Amino acid sequence: MSDITVNTPLTSGSEHRAAPISAIGPVAWLRENLFSGWLSTAVTLVLGYLIIRAVMGFVDWAFINAIWSVPLNANGVAQTQACRELHGSGACWAVVTEKHRFMLFGTYPYEQHWRPAVVCLLFIGLFIVSAMRRFWNWTLIPIWMVTLTAIGMLMWGGVFGLPFVQQERWGGLPITLILSTFGLAFAFPLSILVALGRRSNLPAIKVLCVVYVELIRGVPLISLLFMASVMFPLFLPEGMNIDKLLRAQIAIILFAGAYLAEVVRAGLQSLPKGQYEAADAMGLSYWQKTGFIILPQALRMVIPPLVNTFIGFFKDTSLVLIIGIFDLLTAGKTAIVEPAWQGFGVEVYIFVGLIYLVFCFAMSKYSQGLEADLNRHRRR
Amino acid sequence: MKQVSRHSVFRMLGAAVVASVMALPAWAQPAGGSPTLDAIRARGTLVCGVNSGLAGFAQPDSRGEWRGFDVDYCRAVAIALFNDPSKVRFVPTTAQNRFTALQSGEVDMLARNTTWTLSRDTSLGFDFPAISFFDGQGFMVKASLGVNTARELDGASICVQPGTTTEQNLTEWARAARVTFTPVVIERLEEVVGAFVAGRCDAFTTDVSGLAAVRSAQANPAAYTILPDVISKEPLGPLVRHGDQAFADLVRWTHFGLVAAEEFGITAANVQQMTANDARPEVQRMLGKTGDLGKMLGVDPAWLARIIASTGNYGEIFARHLTPIGIQRGPNALWTTPGGQQYAPPFR
Repeated sequence: MSDITVNTPLTSGSEHRAAPISAIGPVAWLRENLFSGWLSTAVTLVLGYLIIRAVMGFVDWAFINAIWSVPLNANGVAQTQACRELHGSGACWAVVTEKHRFMLFGTYPYEQHWRPAVVCLLFIGLFIVSAMRRFWNWTLIPIWMVTLTAIGMLMWGGVFGLPFVQQERWGGLPITLILSTFGLAFAFPLSILVALGRRSNLPAIKVLCVVYVELIRGVPLISLLFMASVMFPLFLPEGMNIDKLLRAQIAIILFAGAYLAEVVRAGLQSLPKGQYEAADAMGLSYWQKTGFIILPQALRMVIPPLVNTFIGFFKDTSLVLIIGIFDLLTAGKTAIVEPAWQGFGVEVYIFVGLIYLVFCFAMSKYSQGLEADLNRHRRR
Repeated sequence: MKQVSRHSVFRMLGAAVVASVMALPAWAQPAGGSPTLDAIRARGTLVCGVNSGLAGFAQPDSRGEWRGFDVDYCRAVAIALFNDPSKVRFVPTTAQNRFTALQSGEVDMLARNTTWTLSRDTSLGFDFPAISFFDGQGFMVKASLGVNTARELDGASICVQPGTTTEQNLTEWARAARVTFTPVVIERLEEVVGAFVAGRCDAFTTDVSGLAAVRSAQANPAAYTILPDVISKEPLGPLVRHGDQAFADLVRWTHFGLVAAEEFGITAANVQQMTANDARPEVQRMLGKTGDLGKMLGVDPAWLARIIASTGNYGEIFARHLTPIGIQRGPNALWTTPGGQQYAPPFR
């Protein structure tokens, strides 16, 4: 019924105006944030210059002037004169080229290095599968059991024609993954029990949990590792030795358990009292209430601090260096003990740091996704 | 199954209680026999505690194989027992957990550049069968500093690592020599060396062997001088649990055998031929051609010949691991050379 047709000009009679100064898009963003006034422009230019200098310097050092390999002499000793003549103007990646297998797998027999390599892949596969929500049911338990058995068989050997390898020859990345994976996998359920126990009405359980958490949190991890490594063996009868790695592993589990318990307890306390009362009113038993009502909400709430603690412990496993276990970082440090390679620590630390970064960054990104996913109902 | 494990848990607890209450050392042995040797033979391998990474003495190479001066001592004992240098497991130990590892039986012996001291020999419950390396604490300065003796370091800043006896020796020496200094204490070797090279301190102190290794790793070793003063005695050697004399004897005579082999000119290359041809009676006894010295130690008659064929004599081990990192023979030369202190009692 309207007489306005498609071609009717909306503003008849007015002149065409110039397009407004762009308020969106990258140019506008730059103008708004970096060049909004003379001071801002000056700061931008100075900082830009410094950043470009630093990046160019790094590229020069890490790639253009870098040496990627050096020859070995007749005795198998690396000839690092070429690297030393750089005087720090270029990276000596030759140390990583030469030592990468030692850093990754420690003193594991050289011909058998494929076994720890497969173990690392199995661990990564296990992490990926466990992270996928479609596996969040009972199938995860057999998957973990089968994978961990396979990992144990590969590391120790002695079956299917694989030569037996003593634990003290294990090293590098598998040690870091074993300590952190087992540490967190056992510490997490333990921490939930302790957190529940600490809020329990039964005085004995409550006291026990409080004492455990406060005792463990009261001492540094390094002293717990010392206890496990130095004092504990003296209390065992002669000839009875509990594996050094297992002792360190138990210390890490106990330590991580105490810290995680406090994180979980924070989640439990953040729930409104009404949730508990409503569950009670429905006639649910304690475990039903906890399993169906309380924990799903409480854990969802504490994902960021949980992952924070996870990442912290992944890196804290490197403290086992003080008891002579070659984890990834210790293997890296040991690689540069050899006189020929002394002084190339930066390259080694960058290599090791990148590996840590990959794992920690993956954990961090995954937790962000998980948090957004699980807390979708809260988003406004 | 359950019964058994519970039983062993009780036994373990009981033993722990007994050990702690009665302060009975776990390594106390009845006289006679060698429980260590019995355990090693039953296990089929020697377990040897080594440094977790010290250039020249014990470090894994790029293939993860242990190499070094101390490592060869472990291999030599393994050869004496099993005629096989691979029948040895190396347990990396740190300065903190090395003694517990030996006391608790986690390792059979330590070959971990450990200084022989009275307290370690007595109250810690160890025996030091031999001195495999005479070391001592010294100073390194930049040659451009123009310092020739340690006493000229008055007022200097000295880089030192904390924790071990090094720092204590430095303080005691300075007090006795009336030298004042400013300590620059840095934990990690690489960092303390970096600080010294960068000029944050005038001198760097640690054992002379360590100084030599650091010096040889620098781009221009001639720019650094190791001062002649040695302010402490650091006799390093393998150690075993006190009370097992048979095993201590084996470790002791393994060392003496290596030293005597150098004295008599027996090397890895010529040991076969010397066993066959050398007419000197002591050489014949050492290499097991005559006499029953091996039997007295409880090993094969040709034990020493096999060790030398595999690792070489003392001088060869030294030349293979310590000479390349710039350590001179010095006091570790044979007693037949001036200043040398390595001496082996007669093999008869």
